[in-house]
Amino acid sequence: MSTIVEINSLYKSYGSFMVLNNLSLKFETNKIIGLLGPNGCGKTTLMKILCGLITDYYGDVRIDGQAPGPYTKSIVSYLPEKTYLSDWMRVSDAFDIFSDFYSDFDRAKACELLQRFHLNEHMKLKAMSKGMQEKVHLILAMSRSAKLYVLDEPLSGVDPASRSVILETIISNYNKDSTVLISTHLIYDVEQYFDDIVMMGFGQLIMAGNVDQIRQDTGKSIDEIFREVFRC
Amino acid sequence: MNDFKAHIPIYLQLINAIKQFIVSGRWPPGTRVPPVRELATQFGVNPNTMQRALLELERDGLIFTERTAGRFVTKDNDRIANVRQELCQKVIENAIAELKNLGFTEQEANLLLKTHHSGS
Repeated sequence: MSTIVEINSLYKSYGSFMVLNNLSLKFETNKIIGLLGPNGCGKTTLMKILCGLITDYYGDVRIDGQAPGPYTKSIVSYLPEKTYLSDWMRVSDAFDIFSDFYSDFDRAKACELLQRFHLNEHMKLKAMSKGMQEKVHLILAMSRSAKLYVLDEPLSGVDPASRSVILETIISNYNKDSTVLISTHLIYDVEQYFDDIVMMGFGQLIMAGNVDQIRQDTGKSIDEIFREVFRC
Repeated sequence: MNDFKAHIPIYLQLINAIKQFIVSGRWPPGTRVPPVRELATQFGVNPNTMQRALLELERDGLIFTERTAGRFVTKDNDRIANVRQELCQKVIENAIAELKNLGFTEQEANLLLKTHHSGS
C-alpha cells in the first residue's frame, strides 16, 4: 500500500488564531477516509492546503510525492463547501468548463450521474435548490478520474434519501488507485463507509486509524467517541 | 441507513448477515456471490470492509473463489448445516438471556422456550 498524502509539522494561522498547530499525518491509497472534528478545527483549511488554494502555511505537505502545485492540482479533485460556479450558468456550461480545464473529466460519466439524480444539462443553477446544486458539484468532482478526491461536507445540504445515493456514487466511482477524503459532521450516518478516520481538534490530531479496529479496541462507534472527546 | 450496532466491528456484522443469506437458502449452495462493490453498495458499507468480510467467509469455508469466474457459495451442505446450527444456538442463547432479563430463571426460560415450541 502506498502513501498518497504525507504531512509533516504543518502550521497555519489566520492572524493570531492558530488553526493547524504542528499537524502530521499520512493517507494511504485506495481508502475512503473520514475527516472529522468540531467546527473551526481546521478541516476545511487542511483540505484547501491539499488542493493548493492556501499556500501561506508552514511545514511540509506532499501529495503523490510533490508539494501542492500544478501537478498536484491535476490529480486532486476538490468539492468545496461553497459554490464556485456562477448562478447564471446551466449545468452544461459547468460541464464545458470542466472539460476545458481537466483532461481527466469524463463527460459521459457526468451525464450518467446527472440522470441518476434526476437532473438535466439544461437546468440553470439559479433555478436549483441548495441540495440540487450540491449534487451538481459532487457530480463534477466525481466525474474526474483523480488520484485524490477531497470532498468538503458533501452531505450537508442534501436530504437523507439522496445521502445514500451520494455515498453510493462516491463508493462506486472512485477508482482503485485513488483515495477519497470526506469531511463531515454526520458521523453516525456515514462511519460504515469509511476505511479510516482522522479526528482533528484544537489544531492537532486527536485520533487516526481503521474504523473497525477502533470499534474493536474501544467497543464504541466513532460517533460515540466523537461525542466523548468533544463534549461541551 | 445505519443498521449496524455501534460496539461491534462492521465486518463481523457483515459476516453474520451473509451467513444468514447462506443458511436460509437465499443464496443457495453453488450460486455466484455478487461482486464486492455491488454488495458494498447494497449493504451501505465500504468496499474494503466488505472484502474483508468475504475473505473471512472464505477462510471459514462458506465461500470459495474460482480463479477467473469469481466467488461462489460452498456446495458443502454439511458445512452449511453446521453454521446453521451455530447460528441457531446463538439465537436460543440470546432468547434465554433476554428472558433472564425479565426475571425468569434459566430453568423457567428453558421451559418457556420448549412449551412455546411445542405450542406453535
